[in-house]
Amino acid sequence: MPVIRTRRIAPVVGIAVAALLVGCTPGGGDDALIIYNAQHEQLTEEWTAAFTAETGIEVKLRHGGDSELANQIVQEGDASPADVFLTENSPAMALVEDAGLFAPIDEATLQRVPEQFRPSTGSWTGIAARDTVLVYNPELISEDELPASILELQDEKWQGQWGAAPGGADFQAIVSAILASEGEDATADWLVGMQRNAEIYRNNIVTMKAVNAGEVPMGIIYHYYWYRDQASTKENSGNTALHLFEPGDPGAFVSISGGGVLASSDRSDEAQQFLTWLVGEQGQTILGEGYSYEYPVATGIPARAPLPALESLGAPEIDPSTLNGPTVIDLMTEAGLL
Amino acid sequence: MLAIGVAAAAAIALIPVGYVVVSSIQTGLPRLIELLVRPRVAELTVNTVLLVVLGVAATLVVGIGGAWLVERTSLPLRRFFAIALAAPLAIPAFVTSYGWASVAPWLGGLGGAVLIAACAYSPLVYLPAVAALRGLDPALEESARSLGLGPWRVFARVVLPQLRMAAIGGGLVVGLHLLAEYGAFAFLEFGTFTTAIMDAYRANFGGALAAALGVVLAALCLLLVIGENRLRGTSRLSRSAASRPGGRADLGRWTAPAVLALLVFLSAAVLVPLSSVLRWSLSSGLDDWASVVPAAGQTVLLSVGGALVCLLVALPVAWLAVRHRGRISGTLEGAFYVAGSFPAIIVALALVGVTLTVAPMLYQTAVTVIVAYAILFLPRLLVPLRAGLAQISPAWEESARSLGVPPWRARLRVTVPLLVPAAASGAALVALGASNELTATLLLAPIGTETVATGFWSAASALDYVSAAPYALTLIALSVPAVHLMFSEATGRA
Repeated sequence: MPVIRTRRIAPVVGIAVAALLVGCTPGGGDDALIIYNAQHEQLTEEWTAAFTAETGIEVKLRHGGDSELANQIVQEGDASPADVFLTENSPAMALVEDAGLFAPIDEATLQRVPEQFRPSTGSWTGIAARDTVLVYNPELISEDELPASILELQDEKWQGQWGAAPGGADFQAIVSAILASEGEDATADWLVGMQRNAEIYRNNIVTMKAVNAGEVPMGIIYHYYWYRDQASTKENSGNTALHLFEPGDPGAFVSISGGGVLASSDRSDEAQQFLTWLVGEQGQTILGEGYSYEYPVATGIPARAPLPALESLGAPEIDPSTLNGPTVIDLMTEAGLL
Repeated sequence: MLAIGVAAAAAIALIPVGYVVVSSIQTGLPRLIELLVRPRVAELTVNTVLLVVLGVAATLVVGIGGAWLVERTSLPLRRFFAIALAAPLAIPAFVTSYGWASVAPWLGGLGGAVLIAACAYSPLVYLPAVAALRGLDPALEESARSLGLGPWRVFARVVLPQLRMAAIGGGLVVGLHLLAEYGAFAFLEFGTFTTAIMDAYRANFGGALAAALGVVLAALCLLLVIGENRLRGTSRLSRSAASRPGGRADLGRWTAPAVLALLVFLSAAVLVPLSSVLRWSLSSGLDDWASVVPAAGQTVLLSVGGALVCLLVALPVAWLAVRHRGRISGTLEGAFYVAGSFPAIIVALALVGVTLTVAPMLYQTAVTVIVAYAILFLPRLLVPLRAGLAQISPAWEESARSLGVPPWRARLRVTVPLLVPAAASGAALVALGASNELTATLLLAPIGTETVATGFWSAASALDYVSAAPYALTLIALSVPAVHLMFSEATGRA
C-alpha cells in the first residue's frame, strides 16, 4: 500500500513544499516592524526608508485602503500581525479605537502634535492633514457662481454639475464630517442629492482629471492632488482652479491622517518609536518637503509653498475620534453610492 | 484511499461555494433582500449582463471570423495573421485597458468595456475555433462549393454549424472571464458585480454587502456553466475521411475588406496596448525597473507553486475520473470544475474568512495564495490531463506488469512519461493564469509581497503610467511562452 499512501499525502506535502519555497524568499526577518499602511505608498516608503536608515529597525508594509485595513484589524483582533496602523483619514482610526485595539500613544509623541490635530482620547495621533477643496473649470463655471457651502450641492440645480469619488475613504471622511456637524437625517438627504447630482469617479485624481478635461464643471477632492499636479506637468489640472467653501462649513473640513500602535503588538517599543519619529522633525519634514504636499501637523514644521497655512483654512472644529466610518458606509450604501 | 485524498482536496476547492451559502444564511433573507433590491444593484446587473452578452458576441464574431479567414480562405499573409490573432492573449485585459486609457482617456462605459473585452478575450474563441476547423472534414465544404455556393454562404451554411461546440465552449470561457475581471473594468470606471464586490470589500473588509453581491455573482457564473452544458448537448460530429487539409475559399473582391478588418482589430488589441506600454517604458528610469525584479521573482515562485499544487491534485483526480469511472469520481471531478468557475474575488473572500477563523497560522501566507490559485486554475490542468490519460491504454501498463514489474514502477515507467506533454501544457496555462491574477493576490498575499500584477495595478490606479509600464512589459514577456504553447496546441492538432 505504500503507493496509495504517498498519493494521499502528496497534495499536502506539495502545498507545504511550495509554501516553504515561497515563504523563505522575501526579504526581512520575522522581527521587522509590521505597518498596515493606508497612506500613499510612495510617502510611507519614503518615511520607512529614512526611519530604517536612522534606527536600523526593519519595516514591512501591507498596503490597503483606510476602511479595508481598519476592518481587517478589527477582524483579526488580538491575532493581528500589525504593529502600527497608518491611514489617510480619521474615521478608520476611530473604528479601530472603538474596538479597543489601540495602545495609548507615548507622551513624547502627543506633545509634538497640537491638540486640534489629534483625538482627545490620545489613543492615536494625527500625522498629516488634508484640506477639502472644490476644484472647478473656469471655462465651464465662473467663480461667483460657485456654492458657498458643500451642503448646497444636493440642490437640483447642480444635477450633473459636480464629480466625486465616493468609493474611497477620502470622500467617506468628508461625509463623516457632514454627519458630525449636520446629523444623520440631513446627511442621508445630502447623499440622496449627491446620488442624483454627482458624476462618480474612481478616485481624487480621476475626478480632477475629469474637471480638467471639461467632462464636469466641479469636483470635490483634497487639496494636494491639485498642488502636486500644478508643481509638475499640470497635465491633469492646467485648466482648473481651486475654490474653498466658507469657514466653518463641513466642506471646509480638514481631514486628519492618523497613526496608531496596536495593543496586541509585541514590538510596541519600536512601534511607539516609529510614531514619535514620524511626528518629529525628520518625519514631518519628509512630509512637508517631499512628494506629497499634505500638511504637516507637528508644531513648527511649515507647509510646503505655495500652500496656504493650515490655520487659515477655517476648518470646522470636530474631534477626529468622533468621526464615524461604519454609519457613513451604511448611509452611502442606502443612498446607492456604494 | 485515493478517493479520500481527492475528496479532501475537493472539500477545500468547494470552500468558496460553502462561503457563499454560509454568508447568505448568516446575512439572513430580509437583510439580503434589503441589500440586493436597490437601484445600484439593478444598475450593476444591467451592466454585467450587457457586458457578458455583448462581450461574448463580439469575441465570437472576431474569434470565429478570424479562424475561418486564416484556415479556410485565400487570405494573404495567412501565417502572420494566424499568429497575430492569438497574440492578444499575452496581454492581460487590465493592461489592454491601461493601454487604451492612455491613448483615449475619455473611453469608458459599456462601449469601452465591450471594446476591451473583444480585444483581450477574442483569442479564447479563436484558438478552439482554429483547432475545430483543422479537425473538420473538408468534404462537406467542397461539395457545397461544387454546388455553386460562394465563400460566405459556405461559411454560414456549412462551416458555422460545425463550429458550434468550439463557439459554445469558447463563449463560456469568455463569459466567465468577463464576470470575474476586475482590473480592466475598474480602470474604465465601468461597474460590474466584481468591481462592486471589490469596492465593498475595501469599504468594509468583506461584510454583508460584499457577501450579498457575491451570491449574485456566483449565481451568474453557475447560470453560465449550466447554460453551456445545456447548449452543448451530447451531439458529436464525425468525419468521413482521414486527416487532410481543407480547401480554401477564394475571397476575391472581399480580400481587401477582410485584411482591413483584421488589421483594425489587431491595432486595437495589440498595437494600442503595446505601443502605450513601450512609450511609457521609454520614459521610465532604472528606479522603475528596480522594483520589477523582485516582483517578477515573487510572481514566478507563486505561479510555479500554484502549478505544482494543481499538478499534484489533478493527477489523482484525472486518474479516478478515467480509470475508475463512476458516480463518485464524476461528482468529485465536477466539484473542481464548479469551484474553478467561481471568480477570484469570491475565492479570496472565502479564504480570508476561513483562514482567519479555522487556520489563523495560514492567514496572509503564501499557502493561502497558492490554494487560491489551485482552486481557480485547476480545470486548466484537469482537462488536458484527463484527455491525455484517456488516450493511454491501461493494457500497456498491464503488459509491463505481466513482465514482472511492480504496479507502481509500471505506472511510473509507462503511463507517467506519456502524460508529460499534456501535464506540461496544462501546468503552463495554470502558471500563466496565476501570474496575471490580480484580485485574489491583492487580498491574500503575505505582507510585503508584490507580484508583477499587483505592482502594475498599484501604479496604474494612481495613474502613474510611467512606473506601471515596466510591470506591464514584464507581464507580457512572462505570458509569451504560454501563449506560444497554446497556439501550437491549437494548430498542431490537425
